[in-house]
Amino acid sequence: MRFSLILWGMVQAMRLTRLQYSEFRERLKERNLTAQFKLQDNSQGRWVRIENGRIRSGKGLHDNPDFSVIFKNRAIAEEFLTPPFDQLVRIDAAKNFKLTVEGSDEASVWFMITLNRMQSIRWKIGTPVGDGVVRYTNGTNGGPIFVYVKEGKIVRITPVDFDKDDAPSWTIKARGKEFTPPRRTTLAAHGLCQKSMVYSKNRILHPMKRVDFDPDGERNIQNRGKSEFVRISWDEALDIVVKEIKRSKAHGPGAVLVTHGSHHQWGNLGHYLSAFNRFWNLLGCSKLHNNPDSWEGWYWGAMHHWGNSLRLGTPEFYGTVEDCLKEAELMVFWSSDPDASYGYEGTVRREWAKELGIPMVHIDPFLNHTAAHLGGKWISPKPGTDSAMAQALCYVWITEDLYDREFVEKRTTGFDEWKAYILGESDGTPKTPEWQEAETRVPAREVRALARQWGSKKTYLGAGGWGCGLGGAGRGPMGVQWARMMTILGAMQGFGRAGVNFGNLQFGAPLDFSFYFPGYAEGSMSGELTYSANAANNYQRMPHVVTMNSSRQNIPKIRLPEAIMEGSAMGFLTDVSSVRGQFLRYGYPAPGHARIQMMYKYGSPNFGTMVDSNRWVQMYQSENLPFVVNQSIWWEGETPYADVILPACTVFERWDIGEYYNVGAGYVHHMFSMVNHRVVSLQHKCIEPLGESKSDYDIFLAVIERLGLGAMYSEGGNTELDWCKRVFDSSDVAKHTTWKEFLKKGYFVVPPDPEDARAPTANRWYYEGRKKDTPEPYPLPADYVGEFGEGLQTTSGKFEFLPGTLSQIDDPARPPLNKYQKSYENAEAEPALADFPLQLLTPHTRYPFHIMGDDEGCTLQDIREHRVTVNGHSYLVARVNRQDAEARGVEDDDLIRLWNLRGSVVCAAQVTDRLRPGVVSACTGSAQYRPVGEPGNSTDLGGCVNMLNPKKTITEQASGMAPNTSLIQFEKWTGVDTWQRAEAA
Amino acid sequence: MAKKWNMIVDIERCDNCRNCFLATKDEHIGNEFPGYSAPQPDRGHSWVDVRRHERGAWPAVEAHFMPVMCNHCDDAPCMKAAKDGAVTKRADGIVIIDPVKSKGQKEIVDACPYGAIYWNEEEQVPQAWFFDAHLLDQGWDKTRVEQACPTNVFRSLKVEDKEMQRIAEEEDLEVLKPELDSRPRVYYKNMHLMTTCFVAGSVVVDVDGVEECAAGAEVVLMQDGQELARTETDTFGDFRFDKLAGNSGGYRVEVSSESSGSASAAFDLTEESLHIGVLALSA
Repeated sequence: MRFSLILWGMVQAMRLTRLQYSEFRERLKERNLTAQFKLQDNSQGRWVRIENGRIRSGKGLHDNPDFSVIFKNRAIAEEFLTPPFDQLVRIDAAKNFKLTVEGSDEASVWFMITLNRMQSIRWKIGTPVGDGVVRYTNGTNGGPIFVYVKEGKIVRITPVDFDKDDAPSWTIKARGKEFTPPRRTTLAAHGLCQKSMVYSKNRILHPMKRVDFDPDGERNIQNRGKSEFVRISWDEALDIVVKEIKRSKAHGPGAVLVTHGSHHQWGNLGHYLSAFNRFWNLLGCSKLHNNPDSWEGWYWGAMHHWGNSLRLGTPEFYGTVEDCLKEAELMVFWSSDPDASYGYEGTVRREWAKELGIPMVHIDPFLNHTAAHLGGKWISPKPGTDSAMAQALCYVWITEDLYDREFVEKRTTGFDEWKAYILGESDGTPKTPEWQEAETRVPAREVRALARQWGSKKTYLGAGGWGCGLGGAGRGPMGVQWARMMTILGAMQGFGRAGVNFGNLQFGAPLDFSFYFPGYAEGSMSGELTYSANAANNYQRMPHVVTMNSSRQNIPKIRLPEAIMEGSAMGFLTDVSSVRGQFLRYGYPAPGHARIQMMYKYGSPNFGTMVDSNRWVQMYQSENLPFVVNQSIWWEGETPYADVILPACTVFERWDIGEYYNVGAGYVHHMFSMVNHRVVSLQHKCIEPLGESKSDYDIFLAVIERLGLGAMYSEGGNTELDWCKRVFDSSDVAKHTTWKEFLKKGYFVVPPDPEDARAPTANRWYYEGRKKDTPEPYPLPADYVGEFGEGLQTTSGKFEFLPGTLSQIDDPARPPLNKYQKSYENAEAEPALADFPLQLLTPHTRYPFHIMGDDEGCTLQDIREHRVTVNGHSYLVARVNRQDAEARGVEDDDLIRLWNLRGSVVCAAQVTDRLRPGVVSACTGSAQYRPVGEPGNSTDLGGCVNMLNPKKTITEQASGMAPNTSLIQFEKWTGVDTWQRAEAA
Repeated sequence: MAKKWNMIVDIERCDNCRNCFLATKDEHIGNEFPGYSAPQPDRGHSWVDVRRHERGAWPAVEAHFMPVMCNHCDDAPCMKAAKDGAVTKRADGIVIIDPVKSKGQKEIVDACPYGAIYWNEEEQVPQAWFFDAHLLDQGWDKTRVEQACPTNVFRSLKVEDKEMQRIAEEEDLEVLKPELDSRPRVYYKNMHLMTTCFVAGSVVVDVDGVEECAAGAEVVLMQDGQELARTETDTFGDFRFDKLAGNSGGYRVEVSSESSGSASAAFDLTEESLHIGVLALSA
């Protein structure tokens, strides 16, 4: 089509849309401007003038346009502007200066968004269900949902019940029975509470400024967390933030520090790996480098025995649901509570296993939710000593010939040394069941009985929350040893043999693993190719402009307070591309980079999730941190530790798109194998943003327009809805349904593979000595020591009882031989700890998702296994053993103070027999922080129990945190706080 | 006879995920359903209350959960306490507390023997779980608690009373406080997990000086010289007898194994479940 005709047609389309849609008429009234479209040689062009809601246009060149869109030549212009639009052509034009924009960035973005709206304004969204109610869809960290909306208000949120048009479910035939999952999605508590989160009284509805913060005068940094806030306009807030960004950037690269939680609300666009990364790559910043905080023991330990680096050291899981149901004769859940925090899709599968009569054993100091529900044998070792018990199992297997000799001989190295250690030949201590009893307090006879049952029956080892890693004992000071022991137990029983593998039926449902839909770790529209999995598929599937952060300064997340307060912090990389990536050091300050001048905080609070977090409180009062802006949805414990607050809206008030538990490649590839049906949902904008809140995407756009990068950030005026369509178009969903249909129905169920095309069972290829046949592109081709696809990602290509890679470093707590070592949190080693006789478990919480859902306005507050309200305040629940409670005169719901040298936190007691005596369990589920006195140096009433956990890393040369099994004391809370923080490890 | 609504709640299936509790809050907080209910307050009410019950003591312990809500009694004490017909019984069995007529009638709350009616301070009305009648009336085929429950604890049934009686007998269902004769329409399965006790123990045997779990030993529970039940120890030498009434006096367990001898122990059962400890077999 001719250039001049296209431009004329564009204006006609604008006029038509204006006539048809009042929303468009209103938009046109928002501002007056003149847009010029032209060829570079000025030979052809057309201007468009928007004035008081009216459209004027003329051929040729305008004297004084607000901005000009300049095409290099006519051919380029015509290709760019002729529908249907080819995104690759458009990106190519933008990247290679075939198209440039001159003039006001902000005006050009507004105009391009207006043009894009001409298309999207015609779309019909949601399903009317009568009585003025429209059913929309959305996604949460707890599962996809239906959202019923009436008159602009959310009425209800429900799980998704499938209809007859949705793809069929899979069926597993096992031992004469057939098992098919229910035709619906299930929802975790933190999904079902979302309406109360949207309308919480703690929503931040306006931009705010700390009353005693003057960016041009006295900043009163020492008052962060103490002073009140006042409402300011968006303009004033943005002016301050932009001015601070400019001030900081003048100091050099990396002067702006950006921080975010590990998770955000569900969706590909709103995630920090998406819009946030794009924004910051364009501006440049220092980032916090995340440690693999739910995988510590697997990443820093287990990985060395068998590789799996791109799974953070955890095993593969394909086909394990079917194999377990068909073949397994015993299931051992070791520190494994899958019903705790990732919804209930796997629960029905475990009920099937129970129905089939597969015996179950649960090893956990707490009779966890899964164990309480399923029943079976409960073994409760003293926290942190599990490795001794595991070694005693090895002892029985070796002495009674109950291990897979052939596997050990053919597929492993180093067994002779391991055997010599277990039998005590190398250190004089046989690791007998009696030896372990002194450590674990578990009767020797029970360990012998377990070893014999396990060694003679085909056994599934559910290690960690997901059965194939994650959480639990892998997150303590002994986490490295424990995760290593889990791999060793698996190897001695020949993992991959029919009925012998890792899993607890939480992962490994028989789904289609080749159907493409991106997960959030694929970076969505970030353009970030290095620190996300974008390059694998998304970058090709959804062409978009690449972005890069020019600053090379990274700060280890768990050392941020030291970086700010002490001026330096070193760490070891979370680099999953190889096993040895974790040996590389990095740190702050990076050579040639600037000291931190400001922090841009995005998303959820850290006081409840980071260890020894009184440090974090103190950091905010440091003069080394001249400016803090906090972009948040809710007023949480950490929110007032800022100077300016920007109100973000929830995912119900903006557009997004995502798939149920699909996080994408990069760390938990095919995580959706947790669910019974792959469900992709459009995350409809169900209601308008509350108050003056805005979507994260729009806040970033508002900031970056003031820095002249709006057009680049929005890639020419794409809104979140436009991006949703681009994600949809890039995915395989577009091959099965139309955008129009998807807009209305809101979700799509991915058909499972036919039975004969299901993914092979995990590790079977390795057990049988074949090339890898499971559908994961790991390890990287260069990391095979033999031929591509042959063997494991270790120095020998085999499972290594004594890992070669660990012999290449000198890390005292990670010797190649995984000998039993006691925790450093130990009164024998540290006499100062003698006053703290109890061990504290701080597991992931069941009701909020980490801390999301712990807002005071959320319905989860009334769950008395999460919080208990006393005198109008809600206190986090701490489970205490009945004997320990009686010894301290404590009864159910009494307020108790948990403390050690690092922290002091008041909780509500739940007296129970589900914990072994001497153990306290309180979840790291607090979004609140209510210091009794001086912030950072007094007792917290908000429940940030992580304040009691050590900042010490999991081993000397591993940047992992160790938040379990800290030593503490508790007493009835007197209401009088005399506690003061003392330096501790 | 008309078909009426009933709800069956299986205590064994409940794992305290709290979805029933949350779905009910989601449905009613901020929502007014004229003719059915005023909005539920933001905090404090538990129209579907999940009650926690532990049986036993470490290391033999069980955790059970029981959702308790309005029982939609056929002879409802709240109806008797209500004035001006504020509480009515629908033809389909559902009890509705009228949000207008019940204003100020706090005695309706006090009348409920199950603690299932809550006082809304703001609206000055008594409130309870009304079986999602507003949704059923719109054509929903199930209640929100059923839809949200991942473990199928709930099963609503619209059947004739006679049919329900048959099901109750067939499935061994019980109601709360049957002695009140209020005739609840909410039935419980596996109620014994809340109301009875278990007795557990572990059996060991000395094998060449090493203590081992005694698997496969026969264990008999006796009272007053009569055999009450019989079981076998498992791989770990553990045994358990369930459904014993609390405070039911003295018992005796006798353990025997063809190869390893026998053991026995006597105990008194109080109101708590009991782990009687380790019994060592001897010839």
